[in-house]
Amino acid sequence: MSLPLLIEQALNGLQLGIMLFLMAAGLTLIFGVMGVINLAHGSLYMVGAFACAAVAAASGSFWLGLAASLAAAAVAGALVETTVIRRLYARDHLDQVLATFALILIFSEGTRWLFGSFPLYLDVPPLLQGAVALPGGVQYPAYRLAVIGLGIAVAIGLYLLIARTRLGMRIRAGENDREMIAALGVDIRSLNTIVFALGAALAGLAGATVGALQSVQVGMGEPVLILAFVVIVIGGIGSVRGAFYGALLIGFVDTAGRFFLPRIAGLFLPPADAGLLGSGLASMLIYAVMAVILALRPKGLFASHA
Amino acid sequence: MTLKIVALTALALAAGSTAALSEPLKIGLITTLSGPGAGLGIDTRDGFMLAVEQSGAKDVEVLVEDDGQKPELAVQIADRMIQSEDVDVLTGIVFSNILMAVAPSATAQDKFYVSTNAAPAALAGAGCHPLYFNAAYQNDNLHEAMGEYANREYKNMVIMAPNYPAGKDSLTGFKRYYKGELAGEIYTQLGQTDYAAEIAQIRASGADGVFMFLPGGMGIAFMKQYAQSGSEIPVIGPGFSFSQDVLPAIGDAALGVKNSGQWAKNLDNPASKRFVEAFEAQYDRLPSIYAVQAYDAAQLILSAHESAEPSDTEAFRQALLKADIQSPRGKFSFNTNQHPIQDIYLTEVVKEDGVLTNHTVETIFTDHGDAYAADCQM
Repeated sequence: MSLPLLIEQALNGLQLGIMLFLMAAGLTLIFGVMGVINLAHGSLYMVGAFACAAVAAASGSFWLGLAASLAAAAVAGALVETTVIRRLYARDHLDQVLATFALILIFSEGTRWLFGSFPLYLDVPPLLQGAVALPGGVQYPAYRLAVIGLGIAVAIGLYLLIARTRLGMRIRAGENDREMIAALGVDIRSLNTIVFALGAALAGLAGATVGALQSVQVGMGEPVLILAFVVIVIGGIGSVRGAFYGALLIGFVDTAGRFFLPRIAGLFLPPADAGLLGSGLASMLIYAVMAVILALRPKGLFASHA
Repeated sequence: MTLKIVALTALALAAGSTAALSEPLKIGLITTLSGPGAGLGIDTRDGFMLAVEQSGAKDVEVLVEDDGQKPELAVQIADRMIQSEDVDVLTGIVFSNILMAVAPSATAQDKFYVSTNAAPAALAGAGCHPLYFNAAYQNDNLHEAMGEYANREYKNMVIMAPNYPAGKDSLTGFKRYYKGELAGEIYTQLGQTDYAAEIAQIRASGADGVFMFLPGGMGIAFMKQYAQSGSEIPVIGPGFSFSQDVLPAIGDAALGVKNSGQWAKNLDNPASKRFVEAFEAQYDRLPSIYAVQAYDAAQLILSAHESAEPSDTEAFRQALLKADIQSPRGKFSFNTNQHPIQDIYLTEVVKEDGVLTNHTVETIFTDHGDAYAADCQM
């Protein structure tokens, strides 16, 4: 096991974590401010990927596609908030789960109706094709490095937005006491729409960037949604900082599990059985980590408030 | 009233003109039309319906239902089709786990099951059944062909498949023929979308080739990420990893990749040409092997119906066994376990008029059956 391989796997863990953060940030923001469990977040991720693939195919430019994904997901998010979610704030979580689950089905079949059932083509932009040599003899895909950079930029941007701007102040106030800031004259309805559209845009951005590395197809959002929920539960529901560290933790743990567990099993089992056992254990590992963290800190690592 | 009489006369005339059969044939097609695997089910349905339309048969009714890739849903649909719709033949299931939930119970209720794709080992050997036919292959076949091919090109390979029954069957089939060394045997999670950790291991393994069975979106993700990784190690796989439904989404990263199939678009026989032309004209896309398999399944069922009543199960079974069809695959016959004996080809991904598709390169196996037929006692 060479050092470059370990460095590469560490970068892989970082990149997976960053990608999960883009997805989890919106989810946790929406829950923190509005108290809504939005299962349709994965659908917004899919909307971003399909918008990017469709616009990139039509225009030939990945970058236009990326812009389109942000716009399409934000618009879809704002529409969903004004037509459906707005009616759910006063209801309990079960109603929210039911309604947003219905949204998953509507988005999936709507997308199938528009684009068909076959996966779309979306490639990495020419600028970021191929691998680059890093110090230490590591070769790493340029696109994945760019995703890491993008994710860090978004994390810093979100931090500045929430900590330093008037909008961020309202978001924080909304997290603390929705009735009070409404009473103080803040237009809580438009604040909700803005936050929801922001979260949706982040999901769309994640969908588009990941779409270039994965399959752009109907139903692509749901597996990521499950991981994103694991991330925000670990990080503390409602906390963007928690989502960041939770995402990195999950990214590293999952990558390390897929890499090390089959090797450890291989010490005392024949290769085929070791592969099966290792991969089986690796798929459980993040849930085991979640269980341990919840046992020690029931509200997650960074519980946002009481 | 007059309309009814005219219709009845027309029906009588139509019936009289064929083999004067009185019993209509009712087929239940259960396949995956929604969810991530929907592309395969849609090709299955479209290939099947194309054969039904081409036959012009008027006394055939096909009920199409979506199983949503859920075994429990497929079982409910099958029960309804058998008990209240009274279908004669069930067909169409794409995924082996769903087939295992439906086919044994259908055959136990004296209904035929003709598989268009799924072909688990459990139903090919000791678990074979007189009313169960497979029109596609046995699950291991395309992997076996790549194992045989790999012997010529590679000496030290990494092999990779998702951790589920068909993934294990895949690597078992590959290893049945591959004689070289294994630099690694990697099992991934079913539905996994990020392969960075596996690709890093492949690059560090010192292997001279990679065999990967990752159907659908998993293969799309792997190939796109592999192309970006800078790895020079060639990738091969069974036809499922590079079938027509995923090639456009993988893009040029798939160009030149060797894989296997019992059919490819360029096979030089009139039935294949007719099939491809008709499929393209009808659906405005190229057919995948799933479409061919379903097309043949429909042809088989229809050909049996020409000479036998579906209620007379033994006669219908004997008629099916004759496999009296013009398959786009060319030669096609049934083995003792009612799975195909057919040629398996080495295929290569090529670009034809700007569209990625597979062409045959050479024949790897001639008249190939499967490893389980000997265990089948009927």
